[in-house]
Amino acid sequence: MAKLYFEDVKEGDEIPAFEVKNLSRTDIVKYAGASGDFNPIHHDQTFAEAARYPTVFSQGMLNAGFVSKCLTDYVGRPSLRRFKVRFTSQVWPGDTITCGGKVTKKLEADGEKRIEGELFAKNQKGEAVIQGGFVAALPSR
Amino acid sequence: MAEQDPRIGRSGRPVTMRVEFGKIREFAAAIKDENPIYFDEDYAKKEAGGVPPPPTFMMTQGFWDDGRGHIDLGLDLRRVLHGEQEFEYVKPVVAGDTLTAQGRISSVEKRPGKRGGEMTLVTLETEYKNQRGEVCLYSRSTIIETAKPVEKKD
Repeated sequence: MAKLYFEDVKEGDEIPAFEVKNLSRTDIVKYAGASGDFNPIHHDQTFAEAARYPTVFSQGMLNAGFVSKCLTDYVGRPSLRRFKVRFTSQVWPGDTITCGGKVTKKLEADGEKRIEGELFAKNQKGEAVIQGGFVAALPSR
Repeated sequence: MAEQDPRIGRSGRPVTMRVEFGKIREFAAAIKDENPIYFDEDYAKKEAGGVPPPPTFMMTQGFWDDGRGHIDLGLDLRRVLHGEQEFEYVKPVVAGDTLTAQGRISSVEKRPGKRGGEMTLVTLETEYKNQRGEVCLYSRSTIIETAKPVEKKD
């Protein structure tokens, strides 16, 4: 993967989008197994209906994982200093999720060259499912 | 000045977890992240000194917690939502590390609910130290207890 250098980034630069098409129940179950989040609301249709949801919905942290993948593809995993998400809506099976973000600030702190930015994930209707932010320390040329 | 909520500072007992390559691969696959840094040990060694866990990997801590890490949040679990999640990365972590996680309630806030009543936001901060006793990261989870539904009289 191409390395991102501090000098290559301008405030306002967009993070290339990452899209998950047609999220499946299997995707949700895979994340349940990987993360250990076995809250039945995410995989058990009977349970979800009893709780008055139309069907199961994904774990917020699965959606956050997609956003983290989008971000680390851009800044590189070792560069990440802070990652924050706020969950604003549910994601349902069949939804298409688009993750992205932008750089809002370049700065120097703790002897590092850093960038700060905003993150988002939205569904196919354009509704935000996650709003977030990050800080990354980038190498310098 | 308002009295501090008695839940602030409440903590669980430390939980020890091993950061494993296999679990990292499984987790990365589940979040559809094909970055070779999670799958190719030689590449990861060059880039990060070892295979790093994905940013949200500490969610797997539950597999290592036999209940000792439990903290009573004092909330009605039928009305709770995961509102926010933050990670602060202080020092690198790689597969093979052993982390000790210590959680505590760092803040409790009350806000007016959107449909009346009062909602409560509890933030749980977990500090992770490695086998050398160095703090590597913090996780901060904000759990929201939604306002109690107004009782309907039919």
